[in-house]
Amino acid sequence: MSNGRFGIHGGQYIPETLMNAVIELEAAYEHFKNDPDFDRELTYLFNEYAGRPSRLYYAEKMTQDLGGAKIYLKREDLNHTGAHKINNVLGQALLAKKMGKTRLIAETGAGQHGVATATAAALMGMRCVVFMGEEDTKRQALNVYRMRLLGAEVVPVTTGTATLKDAVSEAMREWTRRIDDTHYCLGSVMGPHPFPTIVRDFQAVISREIKQQLQEKEGRLPDAVIACVGGGSNAIGSFYHFIPEPSVRLIGCEAAGRGVDTFETAATIATGRLGIFHGMKSYFCQDEYGQIAPVYSISAGLDYPGIGPEHAWLHDTGRAEYVPITDDEAVDAFEYLARTEGIIPAIESAHAVAYAQKLAPTMGKDRIVVITISGRGDKDCAAIARYRGEDIHE
Amino acid sequence: MSNIANAFARGKAFIPFITCGDPDLETTAACVRACVANGASLIELGIPFSDPTAEGPVIQAANLRALTGGITTDRIFGLVRDLRRDVTVPMVFMTYANVVFSYGAERFISACRDIGVDGLILPDLPFEEKGEFLPLCQQYGVDLISLVAPTSAGRIAMIAREAEGFLYIVSSLGVTGTRSEITTDLASIVKVVRANTAIPCAIGFGISTPEQAVKMADLSDGAIVGSAIIKLLAQYGKDAPERVGAYVRTMTEALRP
Repeated sequence: MSNGRFGIHGGQYIPETLMNAVIELEAAYEHFKNDPDFDRELTYLFNEYAGRPSRLYYAEKMTQDLGGAKIYLKREDLNHTGAHKINNVLGQALLAKKMGKTRLIAETGAGQHGVATATAAALMGMRCVVFMGEEDTKRQALNVYRMRLLGAEVVPVTTGTATLKDAVSEAMREWTRRIDDTHYCLGSVMGPHPFPTIVRDFQAVISREIKQQLQEKEGRLPDAVIACVGGGSNAIGSFYHFIPEPSVRLIGCEAAGRGVDTFETAATIATGRLGIFHGMKSYFCQDEYGQIAPVYSISAGLDYPGIGPEHAWLHDTGRAEYVPITDDEAVDAFEYLARTEGIIPAIESAHAVAYAQKLAPTMGKDRIVVITISGRGDKDCAAIARYRGEDIHE
Repeated sequence: MSNIANAFARGKAFIPFITCGDPDLETTAACVRACVANGASLIELGIPFSDPTAEGPVIQAANLRALTGGITTDRIFGLVRDLRRDVTVPMVFMTYANVVFSYGAERFISACRDIGVDGLILPDLPFEEKGEFLPLCQQYGVDLISLVAPTSAGRIAMIAREAEGFLYIVSSLGVTGTRSEITTDLASIVKVVRANTAIPCAIGFGISTPEQAVKMADLSDGAIVGSAIIKLLAQYGKDAPERVGAYVRTMTEALRP
C-alpha cells in the first residue's frame, strides 16, 4: 500500500495531474521539518506574531457550576486571527515560501482558515485566493470582508451544496489548473497525504503546550481532552501528544446538526461509512451508491461530510471517542460559556463545551478536563442571534 | 487481448464521453447508438458522482442533472445490458473511486464483466493507489485505465509500463472542459509512452473541434471528447441524440485517413 496511511485510512486518491505536486510537497516537508532554521523561523512567528503559547485557563466558575471535574480551557481563541487555524497556516505558508511558491489558495468553511491564510499571505508577500461556499459567504459575511481587507480574493463557490466540501473541491480543481507557482494551503487534517500529517504536526503545538502547562499548574496529565471535530485539525492538535498516554481520554465532538437520526447532520463517525473522497480513505456521510451526502450544521466550520484519516483510525482503534452534539446543545453552550466565564467561543468550539457540560459533572472533583476553545465566537454572534429569533445585522 | 484494442485496430480512434442519465437513460442510450452509428470507436460512459473533482463546470452540471433525475449505479448497469444487445464497440466506465468502493469493489467490477464493460477510468486513482482495485480488475478481465498528465514528468515510463487497455493522456492542466488552445508538449509525452508500452494511447481534455481532434490523433492513437458533447446535451436535452450523432460524424470524418 502507499504512503500516508493511518491503519487503512489516508492515502493519495487524487488526479495524476497533482501527484508530482504532493510528492514535491512531501519531500520539501521532510527536509524542512528537520531544518533548525525553519524551526526557528516558525517558532518566532508562533510566539511573536500569533501570540503563542496560548493560555491554559482554569475555568473556576464553570468548574464550580458543574460540580465535577476541574475544567481548563485551552485558549486557541486568543491567537492572532482568533482561532487555531493560524498554527497550520504559518507553517504551510513558510514551507510554501521556502519551496519558491508565490501564491496560496485555500478553502474555508466558517472563514477562519481563509482569514488565517489571507493573513499569512499578507505577512509573507504572497498572493492569495480563497474558495468559500456561497452559502457560507452569507453566513460569515464579516470574514469575507476580513479576507478582502487582507488582500485576498474570495471566490464564492456555487456548485453542489455551496458549503465547505464544495469549497475543497473547487480549491483542488484550481490547484490542478495552476501548480507551478501555487501552494494549496489545506486547512484541516484531511485530503491526500502528506496534508493530514503536515497539518497535524503544525497543530500538535496545542497538545505540546497543554501537557507542559498542566504539568506546571497541576503536576500531572489531564483525565480527558475534549475538542470539536469537523475535518479535525484542532482536535488532532489537542490529542496528539496524549495519544501515547492511555490514561487520557480523547473526545472529539462532531456536529450533529438537528440530530443524528435526521438528514440534517454532519456527524461523520455517527452516521457515515468508509469511503474514498477528497484524496483520502476515511469515513464519509454518503448514500448507498457512494454519493456524498449534503450535510448540515449550524457551524459552517464543522459542516463537512468527512473526517480526517487519523481520526478515523483513532476511532477504529478505540483510542479516541467521538460524540455527536446538536445545534441546540452547541448554542446553549455558546451562551453558557459567555455568561459563566465571559468567554464567547466559536460555535464550533461550543460543541466541545457542550460535551464537557455533560461529562464533567459525572467525574470526581480530583479529575481534570481540558477543553480546546479552538476559536473566538465574534463571527457567530449574528447567526446565533438569528437562531434565537433576533434579527441583527453585522 | 483486451477488447479495447479493437477500438484502435482501424485507424485513429474517436472516443466520445457521455454522462449516463443526463437528462435520462433513454437519451443516454440513444446518444450511444448515435455515436456508434456515426463511427465512434469506443464509448466512455460516465457514472455520475456528487462531487466530481476532476471535472469542469460543463460535466459537473451533467452529473448534477443526472443525479437529480434519480440515476443510480444499478440503473446504469441496466442501461449497459440493454446497449450490449446491439452495441459491439468497446465501452468503458468513467467514474470516481468512491462509486466503485462504496458499491463493493468486487461486486462492481464483476458486474462490469457480466454486462460487457471493458474498462474502468478513475481519475482519482493514481498509480500509487491502483492496488485498491487492480487485482479485482485483473481477476475479472476489466482493464484499469491509467492516465498521464502534463505534470507527470518522471512518472510516464512507470505508468506506461503497467498500463492496460489504452493510456489516457490528459492534454493540459486543469479540469475537463473545452479549450481554444492546447500548448502542452504532447509529442514528448507520447514518445516516452511509446518507448514503454505497446498499448494504444489517446488524448483527452479540452478537445472540441475536428481540427483539434486531428492534431491530437496525429500525435497519438485517438482523441477523447467529453464537454463538447455534454454541451449539446445541456442545450438540447432529450432532442440531443441526433445532434450528438451529427457532431460525432464531423469528428470521425475528420479523423479518417
